[in-house]
Amino acid sequence: MIDNALSLDPLVVGVILAMAAVTVLTKVGGIWVVRRIELSDRLEAGLNVLPGAIVIAVLGPELAAGGPAEWGAAGLVLVVMWRTENILLALVAGVAAVVAFRALI
Amino acid sequence: MVADPEANEKRAREPSEAVSEAVGERTSGERDPKAERMTFEWDGIRTGFVTCLPVAFGVAGYGVAFGVLANQAGLSVAEAALMSATVLAGASQIIAVELWAEPLPVAAIVFTTFAVNLRYSLMGAALQPWFRRLSPSRIYGSLFFMADENWALTMRDLKAGSGRGAFLLGSGIAMWVFWVGATVLGVLAGESVGDPTQYGFDFILAAVFVALAAELWEGHSTLVPWVVALGTSVVAADLLPGRWYILLGGLAAALVEVIRHDR
Repeated sequence: MIDNALSLDPLVVGVILAMAAVTVLTKVGGIWVVRRIELSDRLEAGLNVLPGAIVIAVLGPELAAGGPAEWGAAGLVLVVMWRTENILLALVAGVAAVVAFRALI
Repeated sequence: MVADPEANEKRAREPSEAVSEAVGERTSGERDPKAERMTFEWDGIRTGFVTCLPVAFGVAGYGVAFGVLANQAGLSVAEAALMSATVLAGASQIIAVELWAEPLPVAAIVFTTFAVNLRYSLMGAALQPWFRRLSPSRIYGSLFFMADENWALTMRDLKAGSGRGAFLLGSGIAMWVFWVGATVLGVLAGESVGDPTQYGFDFILAAVFVALAAELWEGHSTLVPWVVALGTSVVAADLLPGRWYILLGGLAAALVEVIRHDR
């Protein structure tokens, strides 16, 4: 296990560095572009919904594949986030709930 | 963001005035009197770091979750730490390890990472009124450390007229330290866990994304694009192989938003 812990697969490292490169591109790209190209309000509105939409696109099929235990736990995460805005607490509550619901249902 | 220089000027004037009042003394020796009084000093780095500490601690929860998921996907400690240290963008990293498979879907991972992180372009552009007086190396060096949480803290600090150009860097370093540290913890924890379903660890991703969704919800305006994303992704997940439904869901929502912009 310790041997594996420090292993660096060349392909994996390549993919990670490519991810880093495109991420840096997104982080610096906006400020670089902003005085050079006119970004229409229309396009900006589209880009604005992208992060939330992608989160939902990940979540939808994931939850659709689950059952009442997962749905109930997801609801609890939502409630804890709304009430406390504490990510860690919400995650712990959600994971604990899914274990409990799976045992009960 | 608009490229019209006049609009830029107008936007820049507000912070400029507040900033010169707040830090007038300290920076009175700067070359261009018309320039915004922006400092880039140790004080800004330290203030950013300290202000961000509690937030970074909270974000470490995601870091641990990412580490556990990376371990499940078969990444080593070194590989997961390398990703956290160089990519430093939580949601995209979690999606990436979710896409991880044998053989590696390289194009899907890199393209999805780009799509998920496109929002950073808008966030970076929003810093322009304050950052315009900083040197390119300081701007781009700081932006490497930009994540959602410390960007929000930085905007709050700059809008209050602090003039601390190094705040983003300082808060970003706090994010980086906690993010990388939490990743290592998560991978090591995942290693000793065994069957993840036994402890509900397989639910962490869904939980993380529910929490993310709760934070990204902006009221009624979010409803239509999210319903589109949900419908598209669920249908696409049924019809298409792999994880292309994620990108399709996101792009469909963005497209609908672009089309209905004039509503």
